[in-house]
Amino acid sequence: MADPMRIRAQAAGDKATVRVLMSHEMESGQRKDAAGKLVPAWFIQDVEAKHNGKSVMTAEWGPAVSKNPFLQFTVKGAKAGDKIAVTWKDNKGETRTDEATVS
Amino acid sequence: MQTRRETLKQSAVLAGLLASTGLFPQYALAYNKGAFEAKSLADVLKALGAGAPVESKDVVIGGPDIAENGAVVPLTASTALAGVKQVLILVEKNPSAMVALFDVTDSVEVNFSTRAKMGQSSDVYAVAVMVDGQALYAKKEVKVTLGGCGG
Repeated sequence: MADPMRIRAQAAGDKATVRVLMSHEMESGQRKDAAGKLVPAWFIQDVEAKHNGKSVMTAEWGPAVSKNPFLQFTVKGAKAGDKIAVTWKDNKGETRTDEATVS
Repeated sequence: MQTRRETLKQSAVLAGLLASTGLFPQYALAYNKGAFEAKSLADVLKALGAGAPVESKDVVIGGPDIAENGAVVPLTASTALAGVKQVLILVEKNPSAMVALFDVTDSVEVNFSTRAKMGQSSDVYAVAVMVDGQALYAKKEVKVTLGGCGG
């Protein structure tokens, strides 16, 4: 499976800024390999973030998101010790979830 | 005879299948394929069922003026407005205009950052789709010195 996501969640007041670095090729489907054949599209389509088990953010991505995608968002009402879980699903149906604690 | 490894693998697959049905009910709605294939701002909004785009000072698109590497262009879309349903990031001259779509809930601020590939210098849009279907946008020109699709 892919490498684990790096998730950093920092609380500031009653909000937490979450930064996620995912490990994924994000092939746009536009690139040609050395032989001149189109490399098929392979990219994360759906992302969901949960705060203490409750879904707080969902996103849909296209092939234009960069390789090893970066994502930053801010969760309201989060405090140190809370759990943030991020899940992605790609167009091949592969999926991955990683969790971090708000610091 | 099934080894423990086989059993674990099967459980993971089963869990994944369960997760895709039970835990993420919104995925029962199709991934917005039509919107991701649209080639212009207006077509993306039409595919999403939103109104015609209206430029607004209250929506902010953040990004560099010049991106040295078109493969990794940091972009931020945000707004202080209330009643936002979705936030979209679009790169006009990419083969498919929409880069990302964020569903907004009460639990997050309307402020999302990611990095996108840009094939060439282009206008970049942040669009806030409101709960009433209105689409408010802001745009910014980002110049790219080295295109981002490996070409």
